[in-house]
Amino acid sequence: MPTININRKSFEKIVGKKIPIEQLKDRISMLGTDLEDVNDDEIIVEIFPNRPDMLSVQGFARAFSTFIGVKKGLEDYQVKKGNYNVIVESSVKDIRPYTACAVVKGIKFDDEKIKEIVQIQEKLHITYGRNRKRCAIGIYPMEKIKFPIRYLARDPNSIKFVPLESSREMTGLQILRSHPTGQDYGYLLEGLKRFPIFEDANNNILSMPPIINSHNTGKVSEQTTEVFIECSGFDFNVVSKCINIIAAAMSDMGGDIYSVNLSYGSKTYTTPDMKPEKMKLSVDYVNKLLGLDLKEKDVKTYLEKMGFSYAQGSVLIPPYRADILHPMDLVEEVAIAYGYENFKPEIPNVATIGEEDGFEVFKNNLAKILAGLGLLEVNTYHISKKDNMTKRMNIAIKCVELENAKNMEFNVLRSWMIPCLLEVFENNKHYEYPQKIFDIGTVFAENDSFETNVEEVDRLAVALTFEKADFTSIKQIFDYLMRMLNIKYEVMEIEHESFITGRVGRVKVDGKKLAYIGEVHPQVLENWNLEYPVVAFELNLNELYEIFNKK
Amino acid sequence: MAEQSLKNIINSLNKLERIILPYLEKYSTVQSLITVSNLKEVEVVRALQWLQNKKIVNTQEKTIKIIELDANGKKYAEHGLPEMNLLKELKKNNLTLKQCMDKAKLSKEELDICLGVLRKKAAIFITKEKDLVVKIMDQGKRLIDTGMMEEKFLKKQFPINYDGLSDEDRFSYESLKNRKKIIKTVIVKERAYFLTDLGKQLLTQKIDSDFIDTLTPQIMKKREWKDKEFRRYDVSINVPMIYGGKRHFTREASDYVKKVWLDLGFKEMKGTMVNTSFWNFDSLFTAQDHPVREMQDTFFIKSPKYGKLPDKKLVMNVKKTHEDGGKTGSKGWQYQWSEEEAKKNVLRTHTTVLSAQTIAKLKRSDLPAKFFSVGTCYRNETVDWKHLFEFTQVEGIVVDPDANFKNHIAYLRTFFKKLGFEHARFRPAYFPYTEMSLEIDVYHPVHKQWIELGGSGMFRPEVVEPIFGEPIPVLAWGLGLPRIIIDYYAINDLRDLYKNDLKQLREIRAWVK
Repeated sequence: MPTININRKSFEKIVGKKIPIEQLKDRISMLGTDLEDVNDDEIIVEIFPNRPDMLSVQGFARAFSTFIGVKKGLEDYQVKKGNYNVIVESSVKDIRPYTACAVVKGIKFDDEKIKEIVQIQEKLHITYGRNRKRCAIGIYPMEKIKFPIRYLARDPNSIKFVPLESSREMTGLQILRSHPTGQDYGYLLEGLKRFPIFEDANNNILSMPPIINSHNTGKVSEQTTEVFIECSGFDFNVVSKCINIIAAAMSDMGGDIYSVNLSYGSKTYTTPDMKPEKMKLSVDYVNKLLGLDLKEKDVKTYLEKMGFSYAQGSVLIPPYRADILHPMDLVEEVAIAYGYENFKPEIPNVATIGEEDGFEVFKNNLAKILAGLGLLEVNTYHISKKDNMTKRMNIAIKCVELENAKNMEFNVLRSWMIPCLLEVFENNKHYEYPQKIFDIGTVFAENDSFETNVEEVDRLAVALTFEKADFTSIKQIFDYLMRMLNIKYEVMEIEHESFITGRVGRVKVDGKKLAYIGEVHPQVLENWNLEYPVVAFELNLNELYEIFNKK
Repeated sequence: MAEQSLKNIINSLNKLERIILPYLEKYSTVQSLITVSNLKEVEVVRALQWLQNKKIVNTQEKTIKIIELDANGKKYAEHGLPEMNLLKELKKNNLTLKQCMDKAKLSKEELDICLGVLRKKAAIFITKEKDLVVKIMDQGKRLIDTGMMEEKFLKKQFPINYDGLSDEDRFSYESLKNRKKIIKTVIVKERAYFLTDLGKQLLTQKIDSDFIDTLTPQIMKKREWKDKEFRRYDVSINVPMIYGGKRHFTREASDYVKKVWLDLGFKEMKGTMVNTSFWNFDSLFTAQDHPVREMQDTFFIKSPKYGKLPDKKLVMNVKKTHEDGGKTGSKGWQYQWSEEEAKKNVLRTHTTVLSAQTIAKLKRSDLPAKFFSVGTCYRNETVDWKHLFEFTQVEGIVVDPDANFKNHIAYLRTFFKKLGFEHARFRPAYFPYTEMSLEIDVYHPVHKQWIELGGSGMFRPEVVEPIFGEPIPVLAWGLGLPRIIIDYYAINDLRDLYKNDLKQLREIRAWVK
């Protein structure tokens, strides 16, 4: 999750108050942000993804100020009427169809300000912008560009400009191939016949979103005092919200916001739209969900603490909030303002009856029986290596494969358990023998009669290794287990490449194939670097449980 | 010491101790005791250990001098000392110095030494005639008859411990040690055992009494125990460790956690590890472009890549809710929801998927209902000491039209109290599928710090409405079990939970709570 670094001095200047470290720690946590670190100079805060508006020093300080009561209620963001036009051409419709824009004036762009704005832009790109896919932001110095500006899409070979931090003109395709930012984000345009661009009235390209600005027209410097901001993406609400978040932060920096007229063919819009949105909220609903007995005026007070305003069943939502989807979200705002720490726990007086799953109880009982025989239970992964399941076991079987494991060798879901136990033996050769282990777990196989097309079965595997481990020693354990469950079984000789011919059997109960049991083949032992014989069985517990229940 | 207590001690000596004890008067090293007692090394060592426990024997490390034969010493041991050979020649004739060297085959250097030694022993005298002539004296002749101490010494079995030397041998050692390459002395460290005062006292007693050492069926049958005493044991002694069969410690912990929820009236829910994204994400109102659904966090299945979607009505409800909120009164996520994305199989990233599936099966008449599960979840992580790709999550839901946030906090507090964490703290957090989302920290009484144990919250109406039909409150939580387990067993590395080190499994203590 994203973190932001906040200069403590400028933070306290905005809040208007010095705050002791302990209080700072506590309040930051209870506001719904996560304090990573705080020292005399800097505060590092983790912002949850639902609050992109807090990804700037201004946004965070704004939320914090009302929360601790320095300010209260909804802040009114003025948008001055601007005479700036942006024409959105139909060529972007299937490429990257929407943009929302704003103009901000009256900010002195010193080093510190530029740094802060770049931080907001980057953090918004990563989070709310889903790495520029959902929306991306461009900022341009007004002195370098001429309105009206057109947003259009064009053949990448005919797009030519000098990208930021470059010294030569490049085509759209060249930027994707050889500019570092182009290489990072090129996949967002890859394969498109036309690339989107912003172009001004002098036919100068401002940028090629969501990749890069022009070096000539898209670079803010210390001489800049007025900027044009655009956000492009796939949803008008998303790009508008993003523009609102930046406009609010820049207004808090002391800037004046001017509106931009957008024409989408015959339709026109004006952004940024900083009018608060209305949502209905009933006090009863709040009280029912929270288990509180708040009066309307309490609800009003708490909402104001979170930067909202409330009147007669209606809540005004600040224009920069992107996370209020449902009245439930407002209930949470009330809860945070009330303080999670102030809720008195109350166990309701409702009788329900606890019940453990029958199959789980059965498996537990099997484990207890085996532990009683002196066996150690092990805990092995469901995710395994394909070679372990097949090659090292001398067999070829199909496994359910993983698409994208970070640990590349762990690439399948296990299809059987005995290989997992052999791996335990392989890792424990330096310890005392005999070694007698078991594990109960899930195995996986493709089977299209299930919702996921994967069949999952729980199995028990037991394996023994010591100098004199033989078929008798493993069958004794199996036999004891069956006697304890009062289940009659028969064993038929079968062929299985993982076991020694003539020393491996399949167990049947009521005609159902339930288990393998046998002496592991010396070639397999060699594959696992084992020096003592291993005997093992593997038992289908889902089937066994069914049979057990019928008795 | 009183007679009776001495007797008790003697009674408690076992066979090996009885054999070793008398030898300790003269011998102090394990090696020497093995030689004299004819016992095996392990027997001697154990007997000494027992005697030490009874304060009969004391031990200290001491340095000992070991004497070994050097090159010349080995030669002389076989062929005799050169001065003896010379003496034998002198007995035959008086010899000039030159003749001495020829007859006794001595170098000039050896001759000088021989003459010095023999003169010191008054065995020869030298006169000045034409040349210097060496003559034997009576004492010399006697030496030939009795043999020389030094020569006898050289014929002993080497190496020899200096401390064990007789006075005579010590004299020989002193006279040989400075001569060229006859003997060498090596200093080694050795553990030595001595009788304590109690030990010395014991030796004055009769210690070889006729005790019953082991009670046998034979003895019982003949009732021999009637007139005999049993050898007394040292009941405080350490015994060799044995190990039992047992369940894996993580399963012990899971069982305990299950019991807590059962006590609180929760019913167990179960489900598969592989799930469609529909259940794992979509039914939990997690937008299809949410970062958690990207490859780096979640295990996707390569084959079979897709599963099937449940019945159309349910799918439509979920789709609508994502797109514009459907009937829930929410704005939704405002994007185009894709069936294909929802069909993608994943390894469940949380057991919350079970909660969604369980709620989808509930009817109004089943309420109020409470469910829990303890199950494996998967995160596509690179494994290190604090990350695993499989972990156990403790899940719980309370589905109750009257449930509220106060109840929510109460259930969690009660659960953690039963696990031994008196203090729990709840912080606002964010999850796409809960509102009043909270992060739970418990206060670690030993480490004196807050530790994060999981996320929780009330399910959003956008989750409950589409799968259940109405937006009733559902309290939900998903807590990480690994942190609780490693804390209980004082394990520092999460990988130990799946390491299956048999030594650790044999020795790890039981889950007792």
